[in-house]
Amino acid sequence: MRFDATRVWHGTMPVEFLYTPGVAGLRFFQTLKQKGVLAVTFCAECTVTYLPPRVYCENCFADLSDAWQEVPGRGRVHTFTLVRVDRQGRRLQTPEIVAFVRIDGTDGGLVTRLVDVAPADVRLDLPVEIVLQPPRRRRAVPNDIVGFTPTRTARRGRKR
Amino acid sequence: MQRRGIMTDGVIAGAGKAAPAIRLSGLIKRKPRRRVAVVGAGLSLFMRRALDTGKELSYYAAAQAMETAGIRRRDIEGVIMATAPDAFDGVHMKGDWLLDGAGGVRRPYMRAYVGGGSGVFSIISGWTLVASGLFDLVLVVGEEKMSTCQPHPQGAFITIFDHTIERPLGPNLLWIFALEQNRYMSTYGLRNEDIALVSVKNKRNALDHPAAQVAKELTVKDVLASEVVAWPVHRLMVSPVSDGAAALVLASEDVAKRLTDKPVWVQGVGWALDTSYWGNRDLAYPRYVEQAARMAYEMAGVTEPRKQIHLAEPYDPFAYKELHHLEGLQLADKGKAPEDLAQGRFDRTGPLPVCPSGGLMGVGNPIAAAGVMKLCELFWQLRGEAGARQVPGNPERGVAQAWGDLMQVGTVAVLGTR
Amino acid sequence: MAKPAARPPRVIDAPPHLPMRGRALSDDEFHRTTPTVAWTPRLEYGWDTGAAIGRFLDGLRGGKIYGVRCRVCGRVVTPPRAFCELDFKPMDEWVELPDTGTINTFSICYVTWDMKPLRTPQIPAVIEIDGTSPRVGFLHLVGGLRAGSVDAIRAQIGVGTPVRAVWKTPKEREGAITDVLHFAPIDGRRKAR
Repeated sequence: MRFDATRVWHGTMPVEFLYTPGVAGLRFFQTLKQKGVLAVTFCAECTVTYLPPRVYCENCFADLSDAWQEVPGRGRVHTFTLVRVDRQGRRLQTPEIVAFVRIDGTDGGLVTRLVDVAPADVRLDLPVEIVLQPPRRRRAVPNDIVGFTPTRTARRGRKR
Repeated sequence: MQRRGIMTDGVIAGAGKAAPAIRLSGLIKRKPRRRVAVVGAGLSLFMRRALDTGKELSYYAAAQAMETAGIRRRDIEGVIMATAPDAFDGVHMKGDWLLDGAGGVRRPYMRAYVGGGSGVFSIISGWTLVASGLFDLVLVVGEEKMSTCQPHPQGAFITIFDHTIERPLGPNLLWIFALEQNRYMSTYGLRNEDIALVSVKNKRNALDHPAAQVAKELTVKDVLASEVVAWPVHRLMVSPVSDGAAALVLASEDVAKRLTDKPVWVQGVGWALDTSYWGNRDLAYPRYVEQAARMAYEMAGVTEPRKQIHLAEPYDPFAYKELHHLEGLQLADKGKAPEDLAQGRFDRTGPLPVCPSGGLMGVGNPIAAAGVMKLCELFWQLRGEAGARQVPGNPERGVAQAWGDLMQVGTVAVLGTR
Repeated sequence: MAKPAARPPRVIDAPPHLPMRGRALSDDEFHRTTPTVAWTPRLEYGWDTGAAIGRFLDGLRGGKIYGVRCRVCGRVVTPPRAFCELDFKPMDEWVELPDTGTINTFSICYVTWDMKPLRTPQIPAVIEIDGTSPRVGFLHLVGGLRAGSVDAIRAQIGVGTPVRAVWKTPKEREGAITDVLHFAPIDGRRKAR
């Protein structure tokens, strides 16, 4: 800590966070690592499929611990943005395409980056599929997901 | 002016008489006519470090409370989420983040946050929602996931010290407790052996609590043989870092009577904060707990607490705190609580059972959830459903109290069968 | 995954009677075998001292302890504040105080904030400076004692022991609360307690 002539006292909050995945999260990431698919939970009463999965239905509070299903990592771009600066406001060398992708067969989606696609080729409802780390490099953590990329059909459709 | 008298010197009017009837405090204008009852309670396990997220912990407790109340999520009209610093769970705006696990989606919601006092502030907040007539059925949830904060939650806690004139001294949160305990002991000539009994009693009581994290059979010798962390505080006099959640369901009178034939009524609530200049107070006595207690007792019509309160769940994050708070709650004479404890007055089978749950010392201390756990205990005790923990004699009225911030806040709730 | 840490197996006949949920992790599971996400937030703060503390710190740099008096209730406090929180009026009558006082309470601390052992204990205390109103104390450290065990320290200081500030040299002082190194017993006097 230090004190400077302008009478401002500096200090920090010395904390680091170590987040556990949770019961639902652990199963989600382990499934992603082992099978490359998305584990989701389904509430039969409300007919809602949760992604990110949770062990409870937020609407009727049913216990969904035994209501797991699996879906492939495919969906559509619900919205996206082109990010040009980092958190400290410095210019990024290559802009990032951040998107919210709605996953087929669920009522949810994932916030992710779009990869292997030019910003000009991104549009709403673009069909995309998940890109994962190679199986050996996966550690059952969020970074196992590299991003999402346009499906082959989407790419083919683009060629003129 | 009476109110000023309470604030500046903490002296009870009528002190000096034995077991005095307390004079009404005039702290409230009128008691709301609408009655509010607790109709359900639930807990998660209290653990040193949980796999479960804070949302999942909240769900376990909330679902259990709703199941015991016999209600569904759609019946919930409002939600109180009591949860202490964002920095523990490591989620900004964590009250809002936890909410879907706490039944709060698309519901009016309030966060209750006065540090460790949050656990009882939770029921105070929930009570106002029902007593005001706004709602008939409110869910109250307390949650904390402290294990996220590394290397130790103290990294966040120490920022409670003044950034300019206290933090440069390199403080440790243990300091404020140790300083307070020493002043308490020095003022009344107390012995650490008598204070250590709180650890023994509560950790033993907690052996009968399914959620307990640190229940254990101990002797006073064991407690005093544990290392001195900050004299006079020994390691076994400190409650643990915990993850956990607890929940209650509150209902208006009509709804409560439809749901259960044993509603537990919220007879009185009180809360008060003292100055954050904690060095400017008499540390031997928590006058802000007294003020909160007077407010709750006035609302509950309690004029002789030692006769009319049948069991107590004061806040015990450190062993001496239980005793300190009992005095603030007017349940023991100043400086005399340790003696009462040594004489068995506060045992589960004694005349005034204190922390029959096992308290924070025995069950655990997920900050905001701990106070809610104490309210859950009163709920079961007053319905005669506390099983192996049941205090005998058909208790009809109990008091729960929590404390927090920089030795500042007292939150009190009086629950009863009538 | 490894099994969760063992819980007592016996069935307790006490509420809540419903299944208790929560998956406890051992220290090893938490830090090594469970997939977790680590994140270090950048939390850096700059706090203005405010007018009252700013002037107080200037005083410390000059080797002096200043206090303020409330014109309404007459309280004299240090460290100073810009307004009396009881009367809600400015506290603008500055007074110079002696650098002596008494110990209101103290502790002997053997651990750091992250619970690592300290070989030489810290002795935090609430110090009441002479000339301030009763029960107006503030946090500082006691030092200049002869030994480090609890008994040895308690033989030298107690609640009520008169103390004097031990200052850093003028060159070392920077206008911080630590310009006072610590408070030490006066002439080895210790009020018996």
